[in-house]
Amino acid sequence: MVHVIREDLLKQLPATVEPVSCTGILSHEPGRMVSQGAILTNSRWMATLGVLSLTAIAVGLICLHFGAQPIAYGEVLRALFDTVSLKDSTDETSDIAKTILLQVRLPRILLGFLVGCSLASVGVALQALLRNPLADPYVLGVSSGAALGAAVGILFGVGTTFLAETALPACGFAGGLVALLVIYRMAATYGQLPIHSLLLTGVILNAIFSALIMFITSILEPNRSYGMMAWLMGTLTAPTYGSLVALIIYLSIGLFLLFRHMRVLNILALGEESARTLGIDTEQAKRSLFMVTALVTGAVVSVSGMIGFIGMVVPHAVRLVIGADHRLLLPASALVGGIFLMSADTVARTLIAPTEIPVGIITALAGGPFFVYLLLWRKDRLA
Amino acid sequence: MSGTSQHQSIGMMRSDSIPLLGRGPAYDVESVRFRYQSNESQAARWILDNISFHVQEGEVLGVVGPNGSGKTSLLKVLARLMTPQQGHITLFGQDLSAKTQREVACLVGVVPQDTQMLFPFTVAESVLMGRFPHRARDRWIGGFGWESREDLAIAAQAMMTMDIVHLAHRSVTDLSGGERQRTVIARALAQTPKVLLLDEPTAFLDLQHQVEICSVLRRLRDERGLTVVLVSHDLNLVSQYCDRILLLDHGQIVRLGVPDEVIEPEVLESVYRCRVLVDRHPSTGLPRITLPGRQLSGEN
Repeated sequence: MVHVIREDLLKQLPATVEPVSCTGILSHEPGRMVSQGAILTNSRWMATLGVLSLTAIAVGLICLHFGAQPIAYGEVLRALFDTVSLKDSTDETSDIAKTILLQVRLPRILLGFLVGCSLASVGVALQALLRNPLADPYVLGVSSGAALGAAVGILFGVGTTFLAETALPACGFAGGLVALLVIYRMAATYGQLPIHSLLLTGVILNAIFSALIMFITSILEPNRSYGMMAWLMGTLTAPTYGSLVALIIYLSIGLFLLFRHMRVLNILALGEESARTLGIDTEQAKRSLFMVTALVTGAVVSVSGMIGFIGMVVPHAVRLVIGADHRLLLPASALVGGIFLMSADTVARTLIAPTEIPVGIITALAGGPFFVYLLLWRKDRLA
Repeated sequence: MSGTSQHQSIGMMRSDSIPLLGRGPAYDVESVRFRYQSNESQAARWILDNISFHVQEGEVLGVVGPNGSGKTSLLKVLARLMTPQQGHITLFGQDLSAKTQREVACLVGVVPQDTQMLFPFTVAESVLMGRFPHRARDRWIGGFGWESREDLAIAAQAMMTMDIVHLAHRSVTDLSGGERQRTVIARALAQTPKVLLLDEPTAFLDLQHQVEICSVLRRLRDERGLTVVLVSHDLNLVSQYCDRILLLDHGQIVRLGVPDEVIEPEVLESVYRCRVLVDRHPSTGLPRITLPGRQLSGEN
């Protein structure tokens, strides 16, 4: 009896594990499993990012159209074309519209796009790093550290001088870095940098920084304290092109460094131990990723305040739709984050124009229900 | 007990039938001591206490022992996830601690105990991640790097070996425990390792897949000379499928040898503090253990 069973097994086994030809199972050629989205292919990558880039440009144009006074799309395009081709406008009346477009709306929309991009990218990185799909810079306390730095700057009058543009981001940086160093120092007392102690440290730091920010807000004169409240809630104000260029240079360095880590993020998302068995020096990877995210966050917070929803909801939503591979998730989330914040800011500045609402409120109110809808919709699809 | 002589002859036969033992050691572990660092209190006990042994290239070594005997710690030390405070380990003749994490990952695949996954990677994507250590070198384009044709072929092969081809497009977060386990083993195989370290690989598997995975491990050993170190609670599984067994207790080696030398009632009873019955597997003749059941008297 027993022998019969064993022979059966032996007969059955080679059939299940027979090494056969591999073509068609995983290949870059359009095969069965590729069409089911089993792996990320070059063509899917290009298609997704292409569509998102075009969407970003289209949304940008729509955002240029809207404002306290809508400007016709034809005029928007003409103004942009004139600027690109360095042609002087001949029409007197369109000069005002052109000034509004180029000096007020365009820089602000670009700023919104950049801030959205950065927040979403940082969110993606932190979620993989902390293996927490709901993590963002705020959980770690890096944002509130940066905000505290900027708040201290405002308290000592930096915000009202001509130094504001260059000094406030520096204060934000400093604050973000201080938060980072404290987090790292506290977590490092355990020898390694275990991820849950990192999270806990972030929670505690957040509480302390928030208290200090509230303290500073409460001792400021009422009119300055109002400005700071608005900034803390998250506002985008039209920057000069000089400061915009500085921000672009800065963020592109940060984002380039993040993008170099896309495959590492894939592996880190499996967990620290698995990542090490797959050949990653996790301590070093965590250190550099953490540094980059802190610096990008510091810069972003100093120009836009606490826009806290994008870093969490955009990566999560994008992941639900396109999957978890960071080679696509990171750039796609960056584009979606940019599109999202551009649109939200347009709503914020037009909804009850000429009064503006802090864009942080709009992002939270629009993003929350969208997130719930997406979750429910996906659940329907899965069932 | 009737057959001391039979017992020994089977033991002899078994050790003779290991064809690859002449190859030299894959691992050479020399008086290794390891303990967890706990804020400078010197009282922390040694999890691994003065352990020395060899893992032969091309053998399947089973590591057994009671809870907390140091099995998983031993595996982690071998995988270079933890560094022992004393002693040293060589991997194919080279100092393990001198290797980079990536160099180790090209030689050693690890299947951890906890295979929980949080992010919705597809099964095919997670198996392909096993190719990472071989492709991690191209740092500048490393962020974008696509898998080569060879990577895809190796991953497909690993998926076929683990019988998960039909799951390729599924998200790892939606898999059953057994499917996830097989995905993780496939990922380790995609690393094309020379040594495979597995921590309780059959814990979530049903009977069919338990038998299948153990057979696959033996087949890989026969065909590719894969060295396997397998931690398990299942003494019978280890006895049937491993060439040699290492029995740990309190961080020390109690016995190391072919199943007949380790699966002995007196040894097991002293280590596990529980009575066991040892007889023969009806078809392989290897030792088999049974728990005493309810009526304790009259047996053995």
